[in-house]
Amino acid sequence: MSGRWSRLALRVALVILALVAPLLAPAFQTQMAVLWVMVLLSLTWDIMGGQMGYNSFGNIVYFGLGMYATAVVERNLYFGVEEYTDVAGGAAAQLSIGQYLTGFGLGLGAAVLVCLVVAVVIGYAILGLRGHYFAICTLGLALGAGEVANGWDYIGAGSGLVTPLLPEGLGARGIFYYYYFLILAALCFATLRHLYAGRFGLAINAIRDDEEKAEAMGLRTTRYKTVAWSISAVFLGLTGGAYGNLIGFIDPLDVAFSGGTLGVWMVLMAILGGKGTLWGPVIGAFIFHITQELFWTYLLGWQRVALGLLIILIVVFFPQGILGWLRERWPRFFGAAPDPANDPARGESA
Amino acid sequence: MDNLQILIQAPIFSVQLLLDGLLVGAIFALAAYGMALVWGVMNIINIAQGEFVILGGYVTYLLAGHGINPLFGVPLSALALFVVGWVIYRLVIFRIVERDLFTSLLATFGVSILLQQLMNQLFGADIQNADAGLGTTGFAGGDIAIANIKIVAFGIAIVVGAVLVLFLKRSRLGQAIRATAQNARAARILGVDTDRVYATTFALNAALCGAAGALVVMTWVIQPFIGLIYTVRAFMIVIVAGLGNVAGVVVTALGLGAAENFAGFVLGSQFQAAFVFVLLIAILLWRNWRLSRQRRYLQ
Repeated sequence: MSGRWSRLALRVALVILALVAPLLAPAFQTQMAVLWVMVLLSLTWDIMGGQMGYNSFGNIVYFGLGMYATAVVERNLYFGVEEYTDVAGGAAAQLSIGQYLTGFGLGLGAAVLVCLVVAVVIGYAILGLRGHYFAICTLGLALGAGEVANGWDYIGAGSGLVTPLLPEGLGARGIFYYYYFLILAALCFATLRHLYAGRFGLAINAIRDDEEKAEAMGLRTTRYKTVAWSISAVFLGLTGGAYGNLIGFIDPLDVAFSGGTLGVWMVLMAILGGKGTLWGPVIGAFIFHITQELFWTYLLGWQRVALGLLIILIVVFFPQGILGWLRERWPRFFGAAPDPANDPARGESA
Repeated sequence: MDNLQILIQAPIFSVQLLLDGLLVGAIFALAAYGMALVWGVMNIINIAQGEFVILGGYVTYLLAGHGINPLFGVPLSALALFVVGWVIYRLVIFRIVERDLFTSLLATFGVSILLQQLMNQLFGADIQNADAGLGTTGFAGGDIAIANIKIVAFGIAIVVGAVLVLFLKRSRLGQAIRATAQNARAARILGVDTDRVYATTFALNAALCGAAGALVVMTWVIQPFIGLIYTVRAFMIVIVAGLGNVAGVVVTALGLGAAENFAGFVLGSQFQAAFVFVLLIAILLWRNWRLSRQRRYLQ
């Protein structure tokens, strides 16, 4: 009984910590907001990459789409989008709180809609691909989307798009977005937890383990895959839409379709934490982001080189991730499944 | 779309685009052939393929900076990349040869990022090229101007490819490579040192990319972050042509070069890369759709 109470107390303490953290350390509000962005990225990657065994390099597409959809709606609502593509002129626009929140809300709605439509249409088409072909196709998708955004004049092409500033009276920018991303991450986690525990989780795990058999058992695999892809798309769209506003400036290749940074990090974080587990991506995101914020600057420009090295090392030597390793080491405490074949952390070796 | 009008009004211009594209396509064929080799023998799709190409380009660029004619850069880049490929095999790739595809894809993706960022740190993010100083030749009374280096590059690419095919068909090691591709276990039982075969295959692939990169830096430009598009091109060529189909690889590569050149001209050069990626997706979907009608899929 006491174990149960202490566990409950621990959970309550963690929730309270998450709620008050930005107030305790106001200097790090933006970094803490980005932490929840990382959690969201890695959680949504894991739906396909971990639970379903579909290695996607293209999830960043929805992040970028959401970001652009939100920004374009926000701009068009009160001003023409053309005024904003001009960096110097656009940045000065000042909105009232009501205007801003309306624009933000409608923008996020548009982001969800766009991501959902694209995910269902594209998903239905490309989710028939498997293995190498799916991975490279999504890589092409991400790179292609970046190139199109980079060449499309309406959304500012290579010179980017400035998002509206958060008006006075909504608190500091870091705080506002911290709570937005915290709530979104909690929502995403709860949704996934609910889904993984039920039929949906079993179905996508079956697809990972043996798609032929899953299909032979009567699962509508393409439908499940499209749903999984759409769930990631919606959450990524909501994340991207707000992330654009947090950053304040959307660059097509470095922020929106940033294959070299966020697009890779989401894969890395999920694998680091333990892909195919619920908590793994969260742990991976925390460890990765905190390490990055603390030590990255000491590497003086060699960060991204180190990142490549890190991916190789983790993939080759530590594919089970932190949670997978803990489960192997102390199966009793980390809830290993009784049958190793059911253990999601080991599923990929089968 | 205005450029489409130009093509209709001046048909001779499309001959120019066609020739330019075909000549550049031969360079793509080299990287694609290397990818097919590694894929066929080791069952690994090397995402770092494009980075090998760019690295080869930088080797030639550096040599040219020291006053060496970039044409000599072709064998030297190939040699340098052979060593790089061997080292990468010994450090990383040999650990993933027998592992599942998820691991090999992600590991080569990591190699790709590592090389990309390493080049960015070492050589900077600027666009570079090396001029072999061969001038241009006019055809059809000067209406068509082709840079001589493109013709030379085409010739070199064809010769390198032919040498490699002969090597695989005739030499002892080539036979071992082909045997391993057919059945690694049986080859091992018959005394083939498959580990060495894998190492050679991977290094040969890197060398091919190195030669291709030397040609790219002379005919075009290089930049640390444009490697992935070469990977995508190579992949696209291989899936259209099929593994182990040399003639198919060459024809497809030439076709891709020409198609890309036309697309770049008509859509505007900022969309040329986007065209390549969209074409990749279209080809994959079309192939898969054809197969799905027989309840099969690409594998």
